[in-house]
Amino acid sequence: MTTLINYLLSGISLGSVYAIIALGYTMVYGIAKMLNFAHGDVIMVGAYICFFATSRYHLPPLLGVLGAMAVCTVLGILVERLAYKPLRSAPSLAVLITAIGVSYLLQNGAQLLWTPNPKVFSPIVGNGRVTLLDGQVSVSHVALVTIASCVVIMLGLTWFTSKTKMGKAMRACSEDKGAAQLMGINVNRTISVTFAIGSALAALAGVLLCSAYPTLVPTTGSMPGIKAFTAAVFGGIGSIPGAMLGGILLGVIEIFAKAYISTQLSDAVVFAVLIIVLLVKPTGLLGKQINEKV
Amino acid sequence: MAEKKTFQRGKLAPVPSGAVIPERDLDKHPILECRRLGIDFGGLHAVQDFNLTIGRTEIAGLIGPNGAGKTTVFNLLTKVYQPTRGTILLDGMDTSGKTTEQINRMGIARTFQNIRLFNNLSVEDNVKIGLHNQEPYSLADAIFRLPRYWRQEKTAHERAMELLSIFDMQDLADHRAGSLPYGAQRRLEIVRALATNPSLLLLDEPAAGMNPSETTELMENIVKIRDTFQIAVMLIEHDMNLVMGICEGICVLNFGQVIAKGSPEDIQANPAVIEAYLGRKKEK
Repeated sequence: MTTLINYLLSGISLGSVYAIIALGYTMVYGIAKMLNFAHGDVIMVGAYICFFATSRYHLPPLLGVLGAMAVCTVLGILVERLAYKPLRSAPSLAVLITAIGVSYLLQNGAQLLWTPNPKVFSPIVGNGRVTLLDGQVSVSHVALVTIASCVVIMLGLTWFTSKTKMGKAMRACSEDKGAAQLMGINVNRTISVTFAIGSALAALAGVLLCSAYPTLVPTTGSMPGIKAFTAAVFGGIGSIPGAMLGGILLGVIEIFAKAYISTQLSDAVVFAVLIIVLLVKPTGLLGKQINEKV
Repeated sequence: MAEKKTFQRGKLAPVPSGAVIPERDLDKHPILECRRLGIDFGGLHAVQDFNLTIGRTEIAGLIGPNGAGKTTVFNLLTKVYQPTRGTILLDGMDTSGKTTEQINRMGIARTFQNIRLFNNLSVEDNVKIGLHNQEPYSLADAIFRLPRYWRQEKTAHERAMELLSIFDMQDLADHRAGSLPYGAQRRLEIVRALATNPSLLLLDEPAAGMNPSETTELMENIVKIRDTFQIAVMLIEHDMNLVMGICEGICVLNFGQVIAKGSPEDIQANPAVIEAYLGRKKEK
């Protein structure tokens, strides 16, 4: 029983990281209607920035995280401006290929700048653990911080999209960019803000991920990126609560598959579950059926 | 059916403080002036040599057979399409090079032939989206919930309710826009457009799908909106009772070209218009 709780907690913690990344995918998809495959590599950039800030320049961890978020925000906006904005009215396939190109650009840029040698990331909140139930259940500080961040982000984003001017503009743009523009909304700025938020969250996710799994290489972001994308589709792409739910479920399924089935097969199990969900409910768990009007 | 409320002029809440109200000098210029406006799609001259002047508080009609280019004219005016030729003067200012959202801020608002509300937002939020370009609070104000945020949100709420009351829709404020019946969605589109504080309101087939009594009510409301807000209205409509009943000037398009302009009486008697709608009499 207690092992089960241990697995569940580490599953939720891993899932929280996926959820935070998935939010970036889902928000960008919801508004720009594109799959930003470079999103995973923004995670890696964020982790590197935080690594250098804390390990090389010995800045306090909080400054490292904020610095990583700031750099990634700028990176996200730049990528959108330079690579995606010129393709705003291009076929979606062209945008998709561009996104894959940007992803490789970031990975190879990181190899050039920071070499492919793995860096050992030191957790931002130390290696401590909290033990409960006479030491049978133990959970690391990193996991607690990760879960707490996820909850805060979820609440924050829900408030942001439902109550603020910019949040409402985002929802309007995600439904009908043309009509939003005709109501005086600056669509380009709204898309920039979306990329900024998504990238800042990706940086945070990168730091949290590397705090739990401390090996940092230029391809660190790609697998979590794909998993988070899966989580976003799993929960219903375009839906913010869906990304949260999908991320956490995916994390839990992955850890359980590792624990009870096989470590090697865990990814296969994760993707098998995705396929089954999409067969039963093609729009994802919380996705809405969209009837496109012609 | 809800008791019909009479709408009194000047009863609207003041616009939020700090809002930029387009200056409306009644004597200077017409609100809209199109000079030799034209657009080509490939080799097709979708609209050609379109000249039109609309007075500041005029209700103007744009009619013509299907495919004549009426909606294209609206899309040109709102810069959804960039014109190939010609100029559009809004309030005496050249609009070339402006983006769609800048045009909206300059004072043109529109509705759509096929309703394009933000279906997943509440009715009130739809109107508030329209009010957006008048709410000056910044994101920082919203995040830290500074007094300005509350003040602006309060005025926006009051303004939204006031605007909804034009069509007696205050009770529907919390409903999801997509769940409203068809007629109410059409009315909400007009309210949303009005919320952007336009000086020219473009209505694309406002009476489409409405029954005769709804159409009569709509006619009264369009006149009421013009009187209350002192704005110009330009409408595309197939319902001739509506067009002939409330439009002061009518422009008839056929194959992208203006074939007649004038008062309803002139248009009804114009042989070119009759020919465009009914075809030519066979020569014996």
